[in-house]
Amino acid sequence: MRFVSVRGLAALAAGLVLGCGGALAASAEKGKIAFVQHGCWQCHGFQGQGGVTGPKLAPEPLPLETFTAFVRTSNRTMPPYMEAILSNEDLADIHAYLETLPKAPDPKSIPLLNQ
Amino acid sequence: MARKDPRPEVNRRKFLAGVAVAGAATAVTPPVANGATPATLPNAEPPRRPSALPPNMHVAAAETATPKELPRIGGVAGSDFMVDVIKTLDIKYCPSNCASSFRAIHESLINYGGNKMPEFLTCTHEESAVGMAHGYFKIAGKPLISLCHGTVGLQHATMAVYNAWCDRVPVIVIGGNDLDAAHRPPGVPTFHSAQDINAIVRDYTKWDDTPVGLQHFAQSFVRAYKISMTPPYGPVAISLDAGLQQEPIKGNGEKLQIPRYVASSPPQGDTGAVKEAARLLANAQNPIIVADRAARTENGVRLLVQLAELLQAGVIDQGGRMNFPKTHYLSRPATAVSNADVVLGLELSDFWAVVNAYTDNGEHGIGVNSTRVKPDTKLISINSSELLTKANYQDFQRFQTVDVSMPADAESTLPALIEAVRSAIPNDRKAAIEKRGEAAKKAFAEARERTKQAAALAWDASPISTARLVMETFAQIKGLDWSLVASSGNVSNWPNRLWPMEKHYHWLGASGGYGVGYGAPASVGAALANRDLGRFSVSIQSDGDLMYAPGVLWTAAKHKIPLLAVMHNNRGYHQEVMHVQRLSNFRNRVASLGGDMGPIGTSIQNPDIEYHKLAESMGWWAKGPITDPDKLGAVIKEAVAVVKSGQPALVNVWTQPR
Repeated sequence: MRFVSVRGLAALAAGLVLGCGGALAASAEKGKIAFVQHGCWQCHGFQGQGGVTGPKLAPEPLPLETFTAFVRTSNRTMPPYMEAILSNEDLADIHAYLETLPKAPDPKSIPLLNQ
Repeated sequence: MARKDPRPEVNRRKFLAGVAVAGAATAVTPPVANGATPATLPNAEPPRRPSALPPNMHVAAAETATPKELPRIGGVAGSDFMVDVIKTLDIKYCPSNCASSFRAIHESLINYGGNKMPEFLTCTHEESAVGMAHGYFKIAGKPLISLCHGTVGLQHATMAVYNAWCDRVPVIVIGGNDLDAAHRPPGVPTFHSAQDINAIVRDYTKWDDTPVGLQHFAQSFVRAYKISMTPPYGPVAISLDAGLQQEPIKGNGEKLQIPRYVASSPPQGDTGAVKEAARLLANAQNPIIVADRAARTENGVRLLVQLAELLQAGVIDQGGRMNFPKTHYLSRPATAVSNADVVLGLELSDFWAVVNAYTDNGEHGIGVNSTRVKPDTKLISINSSELLTKANYQDFQRFQTVDVSMPADAESTLPALIEAVRSAIPNDRKAAIEKRGEAAKKAFAEARERTKQAAALAWDASPISTARLVMETFAQIKGLDWSLVASSGNVSNWPNRLWPMEKHYHWLGASGGYGVGYGAPASVGAALANRDLGRFSVSIQSDGDLMYAPGVLWTAAKHKIPLLAVMHNNRGYHQEVMHVQRLSNFRNRVASLGGDMGPIGTSIQNPDIEYHKLAESMGWWAKGPITDPDKLGAVIKEAVAVVKSGQPALVNVWTQPR
């Protein structure tokens, strides 16, 4: 089983991000569209909330570097997305979208979760 | 079966032949009102010469006279005796789609049998009929019979039979068939006949037979019932010849007898193996119990609680049945197996996957295997399915070596195992066991909080989150004696994670064979059983599942089966959405969406199906689509009131994917 450690991911991510040739300002609006077009919603839900098929991505997503590295090299349940099918720009936009998603309410404040 | 006795004189074959002759005569005879002679009009064309000779006296009489009453079939109909046999086994319903190959027993059931025990339930598809029987059993604990047209009907039923097989559920499938090639009607009935109709289901039934006489039928039917109801349960099939059904009982001196049914005792684990299992469990540092279809009854739940508390062992309930209360502090997630030194598997459909992981993300798209447990973990299996392994279909899963293997019924073996464990626990282990329980209580409380936090994510989202869907539903039914009869699709397992499931009927498990299309019919069948017990039935109904055979909605309305169906409508075949996305990624290609949300061929949108209108058209109260989470509770409340009045109700909800 090949597992990539978080530290390894961070090191790899630094290289990947540097290799992007300087990021443009990411767009959360475009990211929301890209999130659907690239199928992220399929496992993680339209708000990145996660479920049995994929972990939550938002709120408070992983740092962009770690996020990018995982998407590019995943050997977990998620198949990797190479740059040929998901550009660095789209990936940054998706991350920007995830960063805009609000925190979930405190479950104690939701009566239906305390029946 | 070939007709051995040509009597009575006007039998079905001669009758049909007579109809054919009369029909041909009618086709060539011009209509003449009241038998009057046609008038010859002035300037009219001269009468055409007849193209055939005038009819003789006999033919003229056949064409114009009142048909002579046909002689009735004398004696007792064979299918009446079949009904007598069926009635001895306390079978309440017969969900079926009508068909000529079983018309005789159909007629006997509703006329001779009074349409009671069993009552014929009109179904619009054989898969729905068998699926209903599947769901019914999981509540009632009793099998139903389902009549199927030979070949074509049984072909429709096969997926539901396979689900019942994989889910270890007894269903008695009776296929009509007309074996006598020399005498059966040509054309359609012959297309619908086969040498051996049961061949198509033989690989996934426990037993089948083709009785050639009425006494043979009596033995076969009681035997079929007995086999299907002996754990491991399973479906059985009987091919019922049309001739045998239709012909009268022959007075050949043989007195027909109906064998008395005596239930077989379930197979229990070998005494030595039980002792060895108890020794391992009693001395384990961290034993874990994994249960799939372990609790066949409420007593199974009680026994499993007893064993778990005796050992203070965590229980992973895989959910094939409601095995263990979700509110119990020893209830553990699947990951708990990683720290185990002894794993007791009870009626597992896949032990390999309990202790191994498969990640569908290896080189060249080939999955990667890894272990979930420590190297020296001891494995114990009690599994009656080992007694029922067939070669063709691969429901036996990958081979897993275990240290103690008991091919036995888990529920029946638990009392002996509990006693053996009680005797095997060394005195110096009791304090450690108690301490284990304290740690489990803390872990359970923490896990509960994490679950609620996860449920709160996207709480106000539209489409509606699956956690919100199930909790809005629960809020409206929590005061009732509820039963979640099916949860088709995938709602991230929220009902099992959040609802206080404690009774055996709170959760019925899934399809078994993962054949899509189980949810709707099984929930109607289970709701039927719950109706008779005064319980409230609710289902989480997915969109793809409902479209396999939506006609079962009509059956529910027709027979006044109250059921609340809350739809998890994510507008796609979501499992397949992800498979195609995965393969696209493996091949480094952008998945083509074709204007939908998911890859081409996986979405159910453009146009969106208005399931509420579909249900309404078949006699259900229905509303939707609901996309605003704040409006969902009020609509479900309305629907609950309808269901409490005895009618089915459906709420179409647009949901998050999972």
